[in-house]
Amino acid sequence: MSDSYLRLRNIVKSYDGISNAVDDISIDIAKGEFITFLGPSGSGKTTTLMMIAGFEDPTRGTIDLDGKDLTAQKPYQRNIGMVFQNYALFPHMTVAKNVAFPLRMRGAPRADIGRRVAEALELVGLSRFSERHPRELSGGQQQRVALARGLVFRPDVLLLDEPLGALDKNLREQMQVELKRIHREVGITMVYVTHDQTEAMTMSDRVAVFNHGRLEQVAPPLEVYGRPLTRFVGEFIGDSNFLQGRIEAGANGKLSIDGIGPVCEASKLGAGAPAGPVHVLIRPERLRLIGTEPRPDLVATVQMRVEGTVNYGDSLLVMGQSGRIPLRVRIAGMESGDVREGGTISVGWRADDMHLIAGS
Amino acid sequence: MAGVVTAAPATATGPAAVPQGPGAGAVPWLLLMPATAALVLLFVLPIGYVLLLSFTDPQVSLAHYQRIFAVPLYTRILFNTFATSLTVTVICLLLAYPLAYVISRRNDWISLTLLICVAVCFWTGFIVRTYAWLVILGNKGPVAAVWQGLGFGAPPQLLFTSFASTLGMTHILLPYMVLALYSVMKKIDPNLLRAAASLGARPNAAFRAVFLPLSLPGVVNGSILVFTICLGFFVTPILLGTPKDMMISQLVNQQIEELLAWGFASAIAVVLLVATSIVLAIYNRFVGLDRLWG
Ligand SMILES: Nc1ncnc2c1ncn2[C@@H]1O[C@H](COP(=O)(O)OP(=O)(O)O)[C@@H](O)[C@H]1O
Ligand SMILES: [Mg+2]
Repeated sequence: MSDSYLRLRNIVKSYDGISNAVDDISIDIAKGEFITFLGPSGSGKTTTLMMIAGFEDPTRGTIDLDGKDLTAQKPYQRNIGMVFQNYALFPHMTVAKNVAFPLRMRGAPRADIGRRVAEALELVGLSRFSERHPRELSGGQQQRVALARGLVFRPDVLLLDEPLGALDKNLREQMQVELKRIHREVGITMVYVTHDQTEAMTMSDRVAVFNHGRLEQVAPPLEVYGRPLTRFVGEFIGDSNFLQGRIEAGANGKLSIDGIGPVCEASKLGAGAPAGPVHVLIRPERLRLIGTEPRPDLVATVQMRVEGTVNYGDSLLVMGQSGRIPLRVRIAGMESGDVREGGTISVGWRADDMHLIAGS
Repeated sequence: MAGVVTAAPATATGPAAVPQGPGAGAVPWLLLMPATAALVLLFVLPIGYVLLLSFTDPQVSLAHYQRIFAVPLYTRILFNTFATSLTVTVICLLLAYPLAYVISRRNDWISLTLLICVAVCFWTGFIVRTYAWLVILGNKGPVAAVWQGLGFGAPPQLLFTSFASTLGMTHILLPYMVLALYSVMKKIDPNLLRAAASLGARPNAAFRAVFLPLSLPGVVNGSILVFTICLGFFVTPILLGTPKDMMISQLVNQQIEELLAWGFASAIAVVLLVATSIVLAIYNRFVGLDRLWG
């Protein structure tokens, strides 16, 4: 992913001249990549997208596409497609007219338009609906029309702003699969905005995590999940236990966790664990339920009082306290035999179940 | 007319909203009674009486109607009324469209100020505004003063011309047109224009292909409103205009006040009513009367 196609350099956007909606963002997006902007509402994702599309001007910074500076180009000169959350289909035009719109605007020959509209509708499986009006279609179908319209003119980049946000859960999952298939088939660079971490995890080549207008991390989904760079990323993506600890100075400095005590030597935790206070991230599924047999592989074991459980069928989420530390444990279905609310269980973890983030 | 329009949904939704017990069906009708009584007393009876007069005063005949369409003076007044209404409608539309566009597309103090101006105009009585024109266009008014100040000699006759009357009616009806357009334009999703731009449409093309068609309902609504109000306009043309270019309601007034010709005046009023109804019927056929107020 080092070769860069769409390149944002030190982008700052302030609407009011006081606070920055987007605060110094730099990112390189590769050709053909499916990248997701993930972050809570108000973190600057849409604003960033609007600047790429050209609807907002960056207060500072530059945007390049394929080596050319985009900043001075108007939206209609950019050849960047956009799919809006509310679809933004033209209500007075049929599906076919909607999809033909970008081709008409580019003065494509009539015969060409007909063929390419048919192809695009075929791609999203809506060939039969070409003469309908948008209001005669379901939400999912409208979304497909928007997709076909955004793809038909072969834009350099397709921007999608929470395109599945208005759909119900089943349809959303179906459209996620569909969208990935379309991405594979047309191979176009897609920038996808969502606040739904599952969506980001399942669809993306890389995830860019936004928080307060800043980029916290840009990495493939598994890396963002397993090795978050900041506590925010660790908490925002997936379920998490964060413990506070510190690493003592020196070559064999020990990691000790507040309320638990010394755990293991820092050298076991891989290189680069700095001395000082650290956040210790342990994912709920990495906390192991212990029986009576000895477990020398574990670096720590704690007693935990069970306060509540949620049964997901395939797994059981156990919530409770160990001393003053709240813990969440996810146990695979068959192992969950003697877990009951009000009871006590022992859980432990191995050195490589922990991920350390410097800071307090 | 407004009473009829608002009463219709009440009958449609009333029964559904009331529990269907014994005798419950009577309640909606009871609720409708005051409105119905008012409509009958103030609207149906007087119009029925006018209709009756037009055929029976002073004796039973169709003579009044024959006279309206046979005497060139009267057909000219009819024609003039329609032509003036059309002119006022078109000028209103041309002035109001850009104004409503700016008010609906911007979201700042400019659009707010403009909207307040339009609303204040809307709420200021039209008699007041008509008298304002009397002052402005009068012999001692500012227009005449500027004219003379610039050394053009004696000011032209502005007041009591069809120009003044058209100007006044346009001014009075402009807010109706602006608000009718605004209410439709405000509902046009700004993302549609962004989508158009991202799809390669220059601003002009986006306006023509997307904004204009979607604003057409407002154009139709505003035009119908202005046109039908204009057809029956009375005070403004009589104060600012000239008897030479009479509007139809002035003719009604003249027949009654000066000639006490109740029957003939009633026939003219009926013709005006029928003409207005035809315009509204056409509108209803293609758009639906219930959408006239946005
Ligand atoms: N047009 C605008 N004018 C002023 N402030 C805005 C505008 N659009 C967004 N903002 C502000 O910028 C910040 C980022 O918003 P946005 O980019 O929409 O976030 P996201 O898409 O991640 O939810 C928010 O604080 C929001 O209130
Ligand atoms: Mg957003």
